[in-house]
Amino acid sequence: MVVPTLLPTPEPVQAPFADALVELAARRPDVVVLSADLSNYTDLRPFATAYPDRFIQVGMAEANMMGMAGGLARAGFLPIAVTYGVFATRRAYDQVAMALATGDVHAIVVAFLPGITTPFRATHQATDDLALMRAIPGMTVIDPADATEVASSLHAAADHSGPIYLRGLRGLVERRFSPSEFRIGKAVTVRTGADALIVGTGLGTSWALDAANLASQRGVESTIIHAATLKPFDDAYIVAASEGFSHVHVVENHSTVGGLADAVSCALARAGRSVRVVAHGVPDVWAPAGSLDHVRTGLGLDADSLAAAITREAGRS
Amino acid sequence: MTTDAELATIAQSLRRRCIEMCRGRGRGYAGQGLALADIMAVLYFDALRRDGNTLTDRVVLSTGHSAIAVYSALGELGVFTEEELRTYGQDGSRIEESPLSGLPGFPITGGSLGQGLSQAVGLTLGDRMAGRDTRTFCIVSDGELQEGQTWEAAMSAAHYRLNNLVVLIDNNRMQADGDPAMVMAVEPIDAKFAAFGFDVERVTANDLPAVRAAIHRAMRATDRPVALVCDTVLGFGVPSFVSYAKVHYMNVSDDVWLRALEEIG
Repeated sequence: MVVPTLLPTPEPVQAPFADALVELAARRPDVVVLSADLSNYTDLRPFATAYPDRFIQVGMAEANMMGMAGGLARAGFLPIAVTYGVFATRRAYDQVAMALATGDVHAIVVAFLPGITTPFRATHQATDDLALMRAIPGMTVIDPADATEVASSLHAAADHSGPIYLRGLRGLVERRFSPSEFRIGKAVTVRTGADALIVGTGLGTSWALDAANLASQRGVESTIIHAATLKPFDDAYIVAASEGFSHVHVVENHSTVGGLADAVSCALARAGRSVRVVAHGVPDVWAPAGSLDHVRTGLGLDADSLAAAITREAGRS
Repeated sequence: MTTDAELATIAQSLRRRCIEMCRGRGRGYAGQGLALADIMAVLYFDALRRDGNTLTDRVVLSTGHSAIAVYSALGELGVFTEEELRTYGQDGSRIEESPLSGLPGFPITGGSLGQGLSQAVGLTLGDRMAGRDTRTFCIVSDGELQEGQTWEAAMSAAHYRLNNLVVLIDNNRMQADGDPAMVMAVEPIDAKFAAFGFDVERVTANDLPAVRAAIHRAMRATDRPVALVCDTVLGFGVPSFVSYAKVHYMNVSDDVWLRALEEIG
């Protein structure tokens, strides 16, 4: 297994999902892609241009898109239904559950604009999607951290089985990790330090990495575990990593209800570990509108705020 | 070629099977099974193509609780034994009142009403993309037409000109809270589907020769999907059931079921 290693500095990558999808389609002729009138905003145009016969436009109708995906899966295809996270989950929840998560179906839902990565507010911020998808029986839930994982997790999902919910990152995406194999259900350690333990998923891991570097300048060294797969969750890895720590920071681009904070809390509690969980995410409110930097700062998810929390909890402030 | 009379005999057999299934637990969706028996006889014993014992065309049931009608036909075909069908709706039985996909003869999960047509559209489109000539017959109910997703699916079926898709609307005029005309009017169903781009025909669905002719006309569609508005009568074939107020879900004593068998003859 090739585990992700950190690049010296993050590199911007243009539309990693677009390239990964075209590459996947070349090796998997059973892949078909559905879009609900958002192909221009979910990096689908290169695929649609290269494989017009395998691109299915369904218009602004997410419920129907999930149902059609279920039918296509049962007709022998690997459907990849692509839209924004809010529409893939809140709008079409029962359809995802019934059409994609009952019976013997392998299908992938790719959900863009995860968490607070949109200037709009509740209408477009998928801050509850991971919670909703975790609750569906048999659903695999993945939140990639960077351009490398956007691509590698898509390939892993295609070679997996069952229904899979995969968050997407569009446009210019940072590459943090060297090319590596994505193992569904496996958490990995991406940074080591003895003073603080941080568990992140998705962009939360990227945010944690920047915060850990700031905290390091203040003499606090952090271990960071990246848990890209929310379900099935790597309980054992988290429990083992918590050994010797009094608390664990959890950083996620999602509500602190039902996402990574709860997954980590459950893993530790079920193992009988007395480790305090410090949850960093969107609290139980609709997040504010605005640029990502603005919203992160407002929620204490910017590098400075996170570093301050890490330092404070380590007793160094 | 099977004659109308032979299909009518099969339809009566399917009706008896529905009653026998409900006798096991004393309850079930007998009214729906009886109403759909003529359509089932035409579909499974005349319209659906087969390769040996394997059906190469498919039935997609959106109205999950009408599964009893499909079970009766699959029982007649020998897919399920009579013994197993008598476990209909009982604890531990796979013959569930509203089954999930994966059970033989049930390619999708219906029952969460309003979702089946979308999956039928996906199946039919997939068949075309795979170069298969498979026909899909999707059964939806009139009540399901109140679900908006049905119309999203209808729009997409017409957009993709799915001429291998036939939608059979079980227009039984009885939903959980009563007559759709009072609950939330769905008529004119034929005009609505026509406006969405379907070829449309309305048929008296318990007139077997008429149903047969309509289904065969639907199978000749060349550039668009077909909607058959099937005016059905819940409990058809058992006169005492037709006039029974609670025919939508029947929970009666065994003597009532036995009398129904006598009425079917």
